Amino acid sequence: MKLSKSFALAAAALGLAGAVPAMAAEVNVYTSREPDLIKPVFEAFTKATGVKVNAVFLQNGLEERVRAEGQNSPADVIVLVDAARLVNAADMGITQNVSSPTLTANVPAQLRDPNGAWFATTLRSRVVYASKERVKQDAITYEELADPKWKGRVCIRSGQHPYNVSLIAAMVTRHGAEKTAEWLKGVKANLAKKPSGGDREVAKDILAGVCDIGVGNTYYVGLLRNDPDAGQRAWGEAVKVLDSSFAGGGAHVNISGAAVAKYAPHKAEAVQFIEFMTSDAAQKLVADVNYEYPVRASVPDGNTEKLFGPIKPDSLSLADIARNRKTASELVDRVGFDN
Amino acid sequence: MSLALIALGGDASTLEHVARNVLPDAMAQTAMLLAGVAVLVSVVGVGTAWLVTAYRFPGRGALAMALILPLAMPAYIVAYVYVEILEPLGPVQGGLRALFGWRSRADYWFPEIRSLPGAVLVLGFVLYPYVYMTARALFSVQSANLIEVARTLGARPWELFRAVALPLARPALALGLSLALLETLNDIGASEYLGVRTLTVSIYTTWVNRNSLEGAAQIACVMLAVVAVILWLERRARGARGFTASVKRPRQATPLALSGGAGFAAALACALPVVVGFAIPAALLVREAVSRTLRKGVPAEFWHALGLTLAYAAAATCLVLVLGAVVAAAVRMVRGRKVAALARVASLGYAMPGTVLAVGLLTPLATVDNALANAIRAMTGVSPGLILTGSGAAVVVAYTVRFLGIAAGGIESGMSRISTHMDDAARTLGRRPGEILRLIHLPLARPALASAALLVFVDAMKELPATLLLRPLNADTLATAVYAQAARGVFEDGALAALAIVLAGLAPVLLMLRLSAPGGQRGPAEPAEAFALEDPSGLAPR
Repeated sequence: MKLSKSFALAAAALGLAGAVPAMAAEVNVYTSREPDLIKPVFEAFTKATGVKVNAVFLQNGLEERVRAEGQNSPADVIVLVDAARLVNAADMGITQNVSSPTLTANVPAQLRDPNGAWFATTLRSRVVYASKERVKQDAITYEELADPKWKGRVCIRSGQHPYNVSLIAAMVTRHGAEKTAEWLKGVKANLAKKPSGGDREVAKDILAGVCDIGVGNTYYVGLLRNDPDAGQRAWGEAVKVLDSSFAGGGAHVNISGAAVAKYAPHKAEAVQFIEFMTSDAAQKLVADVNYEYPVRASVPDGNTEKLFGPIKPDSLSLADIARNRKTASELVDRVGFDN
Repeated sequence: MSLALIALGGDASTLEHVARNVLPDAMAQTAMLLAGVAVLVSVVGVGTAWLVTAYRFPGRGALAMALILPLAMPAYIVAYVYVEILEPLGPVQGGLRALFGWRSRADYWFPEIRSLPGAVLVLGFVLYPYVYMTARALFSVQSANLIEVARTLGARPWELFRAVALPLARPALALGLSLALLETLNDIGASEYLGVRTLTVSIYTTWVNRNSLEGAAQIACVMLAVVAVILWLERRARGARGFTASVKRPRQATPLALSGGAGFAAALACALPVVVGFAIPAALLVREAVSRTLRKGVPAEFWHALGLTLAYAAAATCLVLVLGAVVAAAVRMVRGRKVAALARVASLGYAMPGTVLAVGLLTPLATVDNALANAIRAMTGVSPGLILTGSGAAVVVAYTVRFLGIAAGGIESGMSRISTHMDDAARTLGRRPGEILRLIHLPLARPALASAALLVFVDAMKELPATLLLRPLNADTLATAVYAQAARGVFEDGALAALAIVLAGLAPVLLMLRLSAPGGQRGPAEPAEAFALEDPSGLAPR
């Protein structure tokens, strides 16, 4: 009774001010991408098609919310970072399969769900940063991070951060759980400090001399090097991005991608939106604004490639890596990586 | 609420992993964090509250108000700020390097802010106002008679504090401390950023990385046990010493003047928490906000977010006050075990980590929402969409569930000071419970209501996890705007919004200070209230 009263009061207090009426020519996007990174794409889409974009930035729990909202959910497009989350969203049954010749042509087969449940829209690689001054080598394997020669010289953010979990899951996919546990122990023994902060802090710690190498996504260095603040630019310049790969493989890449929600009220616009995200114009926007790599081989990489060279993705399938995410996360706990 | 949590429970497959690899360390870290914060907030909160009520020293009036300011600072923002300032490339270490000619971080020792002690400091200096406010509210209404009698009997200042003021203030202290500890337990932003793996952070990663709500719920259950312990300790501390002071508006004891060095030291002691918990972070936010605004102007979304934040917080505050007063009155009038137990359940919302609460609320809210939508569609043939999550009502409901505990606790402790003789007298005179509440309890509990309203409003403005999960399309609050920038690793871009949270939090702080101004500050000779029923001892056991 108390609860129903509060519902009534709350509804009365706020009215339906924020409610989005179901009208044509709009598309509702639930995104786990930070709004500033994706907003330029929204604006370009509206300009090109006249379709209005309503968005909400939901981080964790996005999938649960869509599932709970069920048939009346206003969500049309779901944008997620990390292949594992896209795979999981499809498994949860909150997406629908889309067959679009445009999408099939724009997105390479290994970067989309075989049934059309989701499509990658950008690529990023997880690499090793190094001090220009104190590190001579220009290439490194992920396996080498456990080499005792780096003792007390490595920085990394929490092993439980999805970016790292994904890298560790890739390691599990390549070498199995036990070898990966050994590797994690080795990396932990090399750490200069307890895992904390974010990728940007890792770069800063390298500059400050806390450590000599660190693990991060390429785009943080891109952002630092192009920051309006001269100090930040200088930090970006003092760090180099090593050519990073698995032994005998390529770089660990991850994606952000999009899916059409199962009960999308504006399905046509939703497909149109995802198609736009993979168009030349939108792909170039993403590469230029956020230093990510386009998924389309035909799009010139622009800023990103100029800074870091062409991307050399590892051959492992993203879906396989996604399946090992749970194991990876448990390994991090087991070896006490973050403790 | 608790139903939602039980619904999350079950499935023992991950239990072993959680029990063996996650819990021991997470429990240890949580315990150390709680202990550290408890000591810090008690010392700072009680110490400053006693100084400003019992003594007169330079700047006392201003400091008494300023000491509340850190309450307006979200802990995660303070964590970002101090990492920014104290990190190796920050101004402090940069200055030291320039001064001593050190070249790299390896040349010298400097405390690491991203650590457990760092988290204790950050959380302690942000959360001590909970203790300060409740302690000060109680110190200031403590009957002057008691303190003056003690002084006449030759009690030294320390004895007076320890033997008279502190025991009398215990219920309030217990409440303030438990609020601060629950906030600590709840914190994700600051702990995670500072590299402390608390239970809450573990819940979060278990859920996020393993899609394992069950595992998360299991850790959450352990956490609820911790919460239960905190609440039980609070009850005990409060219940064991149930005093109701004289019902007459108590005359405040005359503060003793501190002169010279002692006065200066007192002022310094009271200024330090304000500087650490408020002034330094605020200064950095102002600097970043100004430089960004000069460069890019105020973004249009900012005003929208500000309006929405205020609307959500105001709606939730009204709702919480009404429900809180009802709960507190029920506990007082009915005095049954069941009612008391229900009240405990009502306050559990505050104890649960915001994310768990938000996910737990999703299902019931969405069920009601869908039922509503389907009913309306069946009746009118038009689909209205989801009304609760579509309108922000879901956010308000979440705030209400989450913050009811603060309000109920505060109002209850406020009401517990109203002598129960008054209820009895009123009842004898034929007044009904509703009238007693309206005519006696609410007017007398006004300071408590005001401070409860303040706490809820400011907390609602800062609230992140539930807002993030439950808000409608195109609706950002200031907190989610700040978070969106911080998630990209550029929290300075959110400085303007962060500053707005702080500034908007200041208005209710000032308002509350007026409403709850203790009698002593309004004039020494305030006449006794009309219906004072003096308890001769001034200490009627409940």
